[in-house]
Amino acid sequence: MHKFIDGEIFKTLLKDGMNIHVGGFLTNGSPETLIDLVVESGVKDLTIICNDGGYEGNGVGKMINHGQVKKLIASHIGTNPDVGRLMNEEKLIVELVPQGTLVERIRAYGAGLGGILTPTGLNTLVQEGKDVIQVKGKDYLLEEALGADMALIGGAIADEYGNLKYKETMRNFNPMMATAAEIVVVEPVKVVEVIDPENVITPHPFVDYILGGEQDER
Amino acid sequence: MNDKQIIASRIAMELKDGDLVNLGIGIPTLVANYVPEDKEIIFQSENGIIGLGADKGEDCSIVNAGGMKASICKGGAFIDSATSFTFIRGGHIDITVLGALEVDQEGSIASWIIPGKLVPGMGGAMDLVTGAKRVIIAMRHTNKGKVKILKKCRLPLTAFKQANLIVTEMCVMEVKKDGLHLLEVNPAYTIEEVMNATDAELIIDEVKPMKGIENENNA
Repeated sequence: MHKFIDGEIFKTLLKDGMNIHVGGFLTNGSPETLIDLVVESGVKDLTIICNDGGYEGNGVGKMINHGQVKKLIASHIGTNPDVGRLMNEEKLIVELVPQGTLVERIRAYGAGLGGILTPTGLNTLVQEGKDVIQVKGKDYLLEEALGADMALIGGAIADEYGNLKYKETMRNFNPMMATAAEIVVVEPVKVVEVIDPENVITPHPFVDYILGGEQDER
Repeated sequence: MNDKQIIASRIAMELKDGDLVNLGIGIPTLVANYVPEDKEIIFQSENGIIGLGADKGEDCSIVNAGGMKASICKGGAFIDSATSFTFIRGGHIDITVLGALEVDQEGSIASWIIPGKLVPGMGGAMDLVTGAKRVIIAMRHTNKGKVKILKKCRLPLTAFKQANLIVTEMCVMEVKKDGLHLLEVNPAYTIEEVMNATDAELIIDEVKPMKGIENENNA
């Protein structure tokens, strides 16, 4: 299948200043090989959107450690001391977003919506600079949709057509991110011949590339 | 029983058969150890599990919301994060149990940032306290003697007026429309000691001994 590429081709897709969705939850379901390739490529000024800051030297923490990340949009950063340190040194901009708001902003972008209305964050710092909209007498925050130039997807079991399902808890943010970026690249944990159509979570039109050159001849 | 066990054991008594419950990291996680065998409680983990179970040492990729190894119960489901927060924000979680840095007598909660000092982020906490049907705060009564139960939170809020019940090693308090009611006191403390360790105004009608302290079940 033409979707299967190797690491060298993947690196040609990367550019300075890209916005990149990275799947995974505390590195469970994180595309570690793709992240290593981003580090190898040396691209910089990235905006990374991920549930969390990963760990020191693990998950998105690897790109942060190498000074490639200008801005991190995440729901929590407590597991990676590098993030707090770089933020205090003003070398990294961090935007903290409630987890449910973050995933729904991504889902909204993939679904062609401009944003979402959520009660989460009302009367907190999260509300600052945002419109409050009343619907049927209840207040909601307007949170804008969040897309990216590229999505790096992990934790997937792919088939030869590019359909995906996900291994255990590795699903997390991955299916939403796979709908919300210009270029979607998957690092599967396993490739099978075909996934039962009833079990496909991410249908193949969402998927642009799959890392795994050995499948090329099939 | 130590302080954490007293808190966890008391909160376990609040869970009803069939409840869908989300437990936060720290003391809240211990609540699962005190659920009696005749009650079926379904635990939700916001990273994507309905039917969270303890780590059984099996070779798998299942983790809980703290990134620690876990298992899934029979009849459970793996879900994506959008579905997980559909449960959480959509009002489908019966009880969420969370820790806090501060709580106030109106039920406002502060738990995600100490400006200039510690910025772990809110994770799923803001959505949980906004969307769950009942919010139980599990925490030590003071931070090494420094009051945490206040008239008004000083730290930036996680949510405004969302806590329903506060359980500490000293007592059980319920947030009602007219204020914070002292319901139960651990017999190891007096009401005066509780009041001295609390900045919030406590409404005291009928105070009972704190339940669950003798319950050594599964501890």
